[in-house]
Amino acid sequence: MIYILTHYWSELIQGLGYTLLSSIIALIFSTIIGTMFAIFEVLPSRTMRIIGRIYIEIFRNIPLLVIAMFFYVLIPMYVAKIDGFTAGTIGLTIYTSSFIAETVRSGINSVDPGQMEGARANGMTYWQAMSKIVLPQAFKLVIPPLGNQFINLVKNSSVLAFVAGFDLMYQGNSIASLSLDTINSYMVVGVFYLIITLPLSYYMRHLEKRLAN
Amino acid sequence: MQNFIDAYSWVNIRFLLEGLWVTVEVSIVSIIASFIIGSVLGVLRYVKIKYLSAIVGFIVDIIRNLPLMLIIFFTYFGLPHLGFKPGILFATILAMTIFESAMLAEIVRAGILAVDYGQMEGARANGMSYVQALWHIVFPQAVKKTIPTIVSQFISLIKDTSLATIIVLPELLNHAQIIYGQNSAYIIPMFVMVAFMYFVICYALSVLSRVLDKKLA
Repeated sequence: MIYILTHYWSELIQGLGYTLLSSIIALIFSTIIGTMFAIFEVLPSRTMRIIGRIYIEIFRNIPLLVIAMFFYVLIPMYVAKIDGFTAGTIGLTIYTSSFIAETVRSGINSVDPGQMEGARANGMTYWQAMSKIVLPQAFKLVIPPLGNQFINLVKNSSVLAFVAGFDLMYQGNSIASLSLDTINSYMVVGVFYLIITLPLSYYMRHLEKRLAN
Repeated sequence: MQNFIDAYSWVNIRFLLEGLWVTVEVSIVSIIASFIIGSVLGVLRYVKIKYLSAIVGFIVDIIRNLPLMLIIFFTYFGLPHLGFKPGILFATILAMTIFESAMLAEIVRAGILAVDYGQMEGARANGMSYVQALWHIVFPQAVKKTIPTIVSQFISLIKDTSLATIIVLPELLNHAQIIYGQNSAYIIPMFVMVAFMYFVICYALSVLSRVLDKKLA
């Protein structure tokens, strides 16, 4: 393991950087898109609710790899030349946004409806009440699940390896084939993943406990 | 449109269905194995046996926080270096079972913790041993409480079998790749069909879990 660490340090750090970068970009955009569809689902308009439901159900029930490969194969053919990293991150964003939408929706639903009514009764419009009163309370509730989504994102970003996204998993494979020491290469890569995910998951468990009390 | 009609010829659809069958096989075996192992691990973690529970908890946490793809690579490319050479199918099932058992262990443990402690006390007061009370009273209620979570974990297991494409397991996505590899006009029709097949299975399961949850609640 020490040999792998010292000889392939720059590759590993590069992989870690790409994994983190892709996860953070995907988290930001999927939170935005997910929140949008979550709001669709609680709107009074029936059409919007159906649109929200369809989006969430479709992307929750299709494997991430299928979505990522779809973008990796098709966007360069018809739209624009993009690299594996971009295609993979777009796939990650769309896949995760459906889970985040579901989380945020349940957050909005668990905010007391009296909050919305009170805000409306005080002269706020629906959008003002939603953005200033309901959503801030909903987000407080969904912070632990969002954290867990980020952990999933870091783990799921390993599909970037499949579309040549230069992430940790990709580097791990190339190190394994260069050094011929598969076991130690994958163990080192595993440790790198754990450095990100393990502390986060313990912290999220701690947060959940604190919020429960 | 012609592309779609050509792509969905019976030969291609049959080839995709063969792939789907492998996906289903891997999923069913992994679901059964990981439910049993996961429940045992979850209970072990709950009962607080000195050292053992802590060790189980630590291993479960580590596996849960690794990407499944890394575990698949490890079982397929790593294990042969330790003197054990699994085939592609076995390596996939092994990796899925290891990963999903850890996920389920955590779900089962949370379920047991959510069962009112009075249930355990009542069972013990009625003369059951600790193991009897756990097995007959607490565990069934814990599973009942966590059915939606367990089923959604199984849904992600089914979706995750697509990761085995990377070690060329002849499952659904792999067969689709073979078909569109021969004719690039088939790319869109193949992705649509693969997405549709996964969607039907996973969506049906999620509806089933909602029905089950309502019935049992």
